[in-house]
Amino acid sequence: MAQAMFSFAQSHEIDTPPPVAPRRGYWRTVQRRLRGDYVTLFFLSIILLLVLAAILAPLIAPFDPDKTSMLYRLKPIGYRHFLLGTDELGRDMLSRLIYGGRMSLMMGLVPVVLATCIGGFFGVVAGFLGGWVNMLIMRVTDIFYAFPSVLLAVAISGTMGGGVANGLLALTLVFIPSLCRVTEAATTQIRSRDFVDAARVSGASSLSIIFYHMLRNIMGPVLIYASSLISVSILLASGLSFLGLGVEPPTADWGLMLSTLRQSIYVQPLVCALPGAAIFIASLSFNLVSDGLRQAMDIKA
Amino acid sequence: MWLYAARRVLLAAPIALGVTIICFGLIYLAPGDPLESLLPPEATQADIAYLKKVYGFDKPIPVQYLKWVTRASVGDFGKSIQTNRPVLGEVTLALSHTLVIAVGAMLIAFPLALALGTLAAFHLGRPPDRIATIASVVGVSVPNYWLGIVLIIVFAVELGILPSSGMGPDGSAGFDLTQWSQLRYAVLPVLTTALVPLGIIMRSTRAAVAEILSQDFMLTLRAKGLARATIVQHALRNALPQVLPVMGLQFGYLVGGSILTETIFTWPGTGFLLSKAILTRDIPMLQGALLILALLFVIINLAVDLLQTALDPRVKRG
Amino acid sequence: MKNGLRAFSLAARPARPVVVPPGDPRDRGGPAQPLLLVESLRKYFPVSGGVFNRRIGDVKAVDGISFAVFKGETLGVVGESGCGKSTLARLVVGLIPSNSGSVVFDGDPVGGSNGLTLRELRRNLQIVFQDSDASLNPRLPVEESIAYGPRVHGVTRAAAKQTAHDLLRRVGLRPDLFASRYPHELSGGQKQRVNIARALALSPRMLILDEAVSALDKSIEAQVLNLLRYLKSHFNLTYIFISHDLNVVHYIADRVMVMYLGQVVEIGPADAIYSEPKHPYTRALLDSRLAVDPIDRIEAAPLTGDPPNPITPPSGCRFRTRCAFAEDVCTAKAPALGGWRDPAAHLAACHMADRQSGHSRAGQTLPATERPLVSIEARLA
Repeated sequence: MAQAMFSFAQSHEIDTPPPVAPRRGYWRTVQRRLRGDYVTLFFLSIILLLVLAAILAPLIAPFDPDKTSMLYRLKPIGYRHFLLGTDELGRDMLSRLIYGGRMSLMMGLVPVVLATCIGGFFGVVAGFLGGWVNMLIMRVTDIFYAFPSVLLAVAISGTMGGGVANGLLALTLVFIPSLCRVTEAATTQIRSRDFVDAARVSGASSLSIIFYHMLRNIMGPVLIYASSLISVSILLASGLSFLGLGVEPPTADWGLMLSTLRQSIYVQPLVCALPGAAIFIASLSFNLVSDGLRQAMDIKA
Repeated sequence: MWLYAARRVLLAAPIALGVTIICFGLIYLAPGDPLESLLPPEATQADIAYLKKVYGFDKPIPVQYLKWVTRASVGDFGKSIQTNRPVLGEVTLALSHTLVIAVGAMLIAFPLALALGTLAAFHLGRPPDRIATIASVVGVSVPNYWLGIVLIIVFAVELGILPSSGMGPDGSAGFDLTQWSQLRYAVLPVLTTALVPLGIIMRSTRAAVAEILSQDFMLTLRAKGLARATIVQHALRNALPQVLPVMGLQFGYLVGGSILTETIFTWPGTGFLLSKAILTRDIPMLQGALLILALLFVIINLAVDLLQTALDPRVKRG
Repeated sequence: MKNGLRAFSLAARPARPVVVPPGDPRDRGGPAQPLLLVESLRKYFPVSGGVFNRRIGDVKAVDGISFAVFKGETLGVVGESGCGKSTLARLVVGLIPSNSGSVVFDGDPVGGSNGLTLRELRRNLQIVFQDSDASLNPRLPVEESIAYGPRVHGVTRAAAKQTAHDLLRRVGLRPDLFASRYPHELSGGQKQRVNIARALALSPRMLILDEAVSALDKSIEAQVLNLLRYLKSHFNLTYIFISHDLNVVHYIADRVMVMYLGQVVEIGPADAIYSEPKHPYTRALLDSRLAVDPIDRIEAAPLTGDPPNPITPPSGCRFRTRCAFAEDVCTAKAPALGGWRDPAAHLAACHMADRQSGHSRAGQTLPATERPLVSIEARLA
């Protein structure tokens, strides 16, 4: 009996059929789930449309967005060749909306990307090192968190004098704390798992562990959160422009257009509401796509 | 419990301190001397020096900060350069106006959001839920300044039944809550401000209640044969600790982030005051208003935190 | 006691010789030198509390442990939850820093100015954890998880992958079926095999198995235990096997160390400990195993109460609060283990084992546990 227990041979090999038939990576499963989510796909295509329109603006805009005309001021939608009417200086709304998309999308995406890099960096450092480094970083984050985002964005941008660069800076600063927090929470949670300990016991350096093992686990929730911030960023950026703190006239920007057209709502209400509708559609699309992405990635494997 | 409360308040102190530093230091971010931008270009050096002395800008920055903070802690935020009136007075007045909108929006949005969110959670996946979800996503994505404009277009321009701006027929002098002729000026601002919190809180409520409903103890309650209303009560009571912080945060945003709505409706609240201060570079006003708003936000968050701890028996205390 | 355990005794095995394979190039000092020597190891975890979250005490997780592991043997470590077994494992491997004490690997001290660095230690000493799922990165295929260790130490990607495939085959998983799978596509037993393969990837001389089979189903557990025995002979390994399951430890261990509240209470050859325990705690642990044969059933609970608070352990002997034989000398003085460097010694940290302790039962063996049910033969006699 003892010999039978001790002999090894073939009894250790597992030749039973595997429990899960084909192997699938995590991202492929996410893709598959997304393919069945029609709402998300629809709005994803809208985003692509907006991005394409922004990139190809010079090619597809029917008129020069800055060309004013005293003759054709505040014309309604569909008036002659002005598909969407004209603004208070006679400029074609459609062209201005297309060009405005460049500005608004850029000011929506860039701060989030920058804040993810910077905030993510501090979050990973805080989460991985723990101790007083963590406390220091998170306390500073808390201080910035103590301001409502609109207030902080307006205050920073306003005191620095407005303009696109200051607006980008202000928005990035507004988003860094929340991204730092999310990244720190994810990092701390991953760090306490056994496979990180196992990697440490393999003799790996901290950097190697972070980049090879931890990042691919942290990226998921962080990217979802960042994508949900894009719509907020678009809203805030347009808000800054609306207050005159973002883009300078005569550059086309949805928020700025909304602000200058405000006086004319008694004359051409529909035209004046158009820039806001653009902001709304962009923000809505990013929101829904980010929600869909979150649902697709929430796989209880 | 009180020990925990004391500890939380103590923890908030360094944050408040950091907030004061930021509020004070913000104006030094910009290139150039903050005071010089106020004066006309022909001002002589003597004028600038005199102005600096009057407002205390000639001392080194840390000293200025200390003086400002110590005075602020007793309520003296200096005088506005624009109006030459005490900053604290102006801010409190503006705050009262903002609170009219904030409280009004809260009274509409919060109960409605709770009701709709709970309704959606009880009918997960079915039409009421889908409509509610769409409504909340719309609420979160819509730029509230645009919404204000749209409402103005609909009600003031097209229908002409509500005023388009201002705080009362005689401008922004006083505000009497009891008279409809004045109250009607607040209708559009309140509606505009209420939509975003409505969307956010509805989403939170739906998520929280749905999670509670999926737990086994709710099944037990239904098996016991309790009436629908009682079950809803139980669900809500359990979901409340999760929803409360979101509500508090939203209320904080309502008070602190009102600048856009107030600009549209020319409502003389704190947001409007702040934007004016930024544009005219009214430094004491800017610092004071910013600090008061930020501290209010911190206090609201702290209060919500303590309330949540008091309500939720699972949170560890002490 | 021996009679009662006969029913399922595994002592029917041949004696277990401890063999150090000849010609292991990394061997220094020969079979007489212990592979691992731990001396007076201490780890205290600070406890904070009060209004300002100050440190108000320490959890004495490991409080002065000394033992030796000899080449080619399997040392079993048993004890209740909270006695410090897992902390000990993590201390030895270097995952957490110790407060005091030393670890010596094959004659080389770990740490210090001239000693082995952690990186060098980890080429020789690896660990397998209890939670097979949490030990694997959910976003990596298992071959990458296994290959990571060698790659960190400079092996090329292709060579590391080949090593991973070889090891998968060794642990019984066909590489063509399992190598590119993700952890969520494997069962618990398969994941633990992967973990074992991962631990072996760096060709260590010693493996610490921290409750490595405790979370598996019994049938799978048996398979993995047999796998471990095979691997030990094939790769010339030395094991530290930590478990709370006494039967499993009896099956696999050559020597056994019993821990209580952060200290060693008994250590000795497995058969000796299981047949004639010297420490009342060991005896109580053995008695609390469920018996198959009705003759072995006892009525009185072998051990009552909860273990004392590790922040403020009892003075003197820590077990005295639950010991049936506690006396004044037990409160006054903590018993020492003594002589733990001897591989064949069977020692207990108890005043009853020490002839000069002053205990009324000093030098006497433990009385047998009362088993009320009398055997049929005895009744007929």
